[in-house]
Amino acid sequence: MRPWRAAVFAVAGAYFLLPLWAGLRFSLAYNGTGWSLEAYLGLGGQQGFGTAVWLSVQLAAVATVTTLVLMFPTVLYVNLRLPRVRRVMEFVTSLPIVIPPVVLIIGVLDVAPGWLKASPFLLALEYVVLAVPFAYRALDTGIRSIDTKTLVDAARSLGAGPLTTVRRVLLPNLRAAVLSATVLIVALVLGEYTMASLDQFSTFPTWIVLFDQSNSHVSEAASLLSLVLTWVVLLGISMIGRPRASRRRFGVPGRLVGARVWPRETGGPAGSDGGLARVGLPGSVDGRHVVRTGMSMGPAGLEGEPL
Amino acid sequence: MTVLSHPNDGAGGGGRAHASGSTGRAPMSTARRPARPAGALVPGSGAGAGGHSGTPVEMVELSCQFGNIRALDGFSLAIGPGELLALLGPSGCGKTTALRVLAGFEAPIGGQVLVDGQDVVGVPAQKRNMGMVFQGYSLFPNMTVLENVAFGLRLRKVGTAQRRARAMNLLEMVELADRSGHYPHELSGGQQQRVALARALAIEPRVLLLDEPLSALDAKVRAQLREHIRSLQKRLVITTVFVTHDQDEALSLADRVAVMRQGRLEQVATPAELYNRPETPFVAEFVGTMNRLPGRALGPGRVEVLGREVEARNLPGSVAAGALVDVLLRPEEITVVAAPGARGIVSSVTFRGAQSRLDVLLSADLLVKVDLPSSAASALPAGSGVEVALASDNVLVDPARQTISLAEEPV
Repeated sequence: MRPWRAAVFAVAGAYFLLPLWAGLRFSLAYNGTGWSLEAYLGLGGQQGFGTAVWLSVQLAAVATVTTLVLMFPTVLYVNLRLPRVRRVMEFVTSLPIVIPPVVLIIGVLDVAPGWLKASPFLLALEYVVLAVPFAYRALDTGIRSIDTKTLVDAARSLGAGPLTTVRRVLLPNLRAAVLSATVLIVALVLGEYTMASLDQFSTFPTWIVLFDQSNSHVSEAASLLSLVLTWVVLLGISMIGRPRASRRRFGVPGRLVGARVWPRETGGPAGSDGGLARVGLPGSVDGRHVVRTGMSMGPAGLEGEPL
Repeated sequence: MTVLSHPNDGAGGGGRAHASGSTGRAPMSTARRPARPAGALVPGSGAGAGGHSGTPVEMVELSCQFGNIRALDGFSLAIGPGELLALLGPSGCGKTTALRVLAGFEAPIGGQVLVDGQDVVGVPAQKRNMGMVFQGYSLFPNMTVLENVAFGLRLRKVGTAQRRARAMNLLEMVELADRSGHYPHELSGGQQQRVALARALAIEPRVLLLDEPLSALDAKVRAQLREHIRSLQKRLVITTVFVTHDQDEALSLADRVAVMRQGRLEQVATPAELYNRPETPFVAEFVGTMNRLPGRALGPGRVEVLGREVEARNLPGSVAAGALVDVLLRPEEITVVAAPGARGIVSSVTFRGAQSRLDVLLSADLLVKVDLPSSAASALPAGSGVEVALASDNVLVDPARQTISLAEEPV
């Protein structure tokens, strides 16, 4: 088995690293023969760069908070009180994957009121829809991986009301699930192209594509930087979610937060993003590897506590 | 069926001191309660758990419905202050539902739950002040042992130093003070349940509810923890309801045992009484081992079985004289003597220490289990012919016959 392992590792590594390496070379190339950091150094001053990044960050924040606020109580309620509805929920929450983003967006543009269409936060709401399948499964897996019902009953018998139970008992124990949901939503938003482009808002991914037509070296540099940026954001998120006691163990290999998130699904939010696969979520989001690929050079922070 | 570990020789069966064991049916065995030791629970905490004498609890005509399953069907039961009552029954009999209704986790569709005389139906679980220990491990994984035990006190806004002291005190009681800084996953199953017990007791609950807390543990730990629960409960004088499907557990632990069946109370009695004088065939066969032998009703309260005429304590008047009935007999209510060529044949002998269990075939489909002193049983190897005789003067009958052997003739 050993040689096979090495071979698979080498092929997979080449698959992920070669494009990155090519991109890096391209972004550093200067006048065909020389090397220069110019593309990187001039990035901040490029027209629209700052606003595009800022918009994407805002959208990620709004989409994440909205999705979690909607989905956490929903998943909890379904698991505790309406276990029979779980199958229906699984189906309903997978619709955004099944329905192509183009169809979604045309529908949204048809019914959304004018003032909302004018606001980029329409995009955030669309991202909430896109994020639901991932958030639902991440949270559902987490809630089912602990004996939620018994913990809730125990907390209640000790005198905890619903809010206290969620705050002191459930959230701390579902940290890994909430975190992996957050990571997925943020990665989704930072890499989404189709909707942003159809809505004609200049988010970071759309800016990169637009700019690619005028200065592809800079565009490539921005892509690579965005990868680094995404890692930093995700690392930050996972650091925040980490309790003090285990921060010492930072970097110790643990179970991937998202490793159990995708039991069956194939395809992913970035599947339709085509040329922008490098930004945020890589295009090949498959099976159990969403998080692993999404953070392919993943920060140690993605290793959650074993669930 | 399981055989009870203790011989039953009448009053006070099992060697446990039941003041009410011989007097029969004292509904609330309060006399047995020891005086509360001073400062038993927590130093400086004023009132102890559930006050000084325990809280009376009464469930009145409770009904509970899940879909089209009637989990409780007019269930009534009174639990005396400071009493340890076991709810015993086969799975699906409603015992856990009864406990969850008591705790406030399920709402009954009818009936009352009276705690200290007040109906608490409609009071949310978090306001009932009932400590509960669950079947599954219920410790909060994100908290240390100490934080788990102090959780209820924290919610009650007890100061840091005080709640720490009280939690430590309880951990000492369950002999886990040295583990206070550990996380639940670092403890064994038995230790976790002891912490859960300490956590439930920390809030000084009016009633302690135990939902099969020992069922996930291995036999040895189970027996230890059983004793632990019993001694703590006695020391703290706290009304306790213990749900179990294990009759050994119920009989060895409880002051009284309530046997449930299909959402209703079948019988509630002291363990000795339940074993020695079961009121219904269901209780008789659920608790301990029972033989069913064909017999014949002879008239009011009289029945013939194994060639003898004896008193039948539950023979309904509706059963005509001469009707065939089943007679229920414990293995120790039957004796055998060697009689080569007799109808009974020993088919197997199981050595159980002082006693041995003989399986005696009376006919092709009638097997009788008999307990004998091992010294006597050694003379009766498998294959011996034996004569079976009755060693009891008062028997329980079941007019709904299940034995159909012996050509409709009583043996």
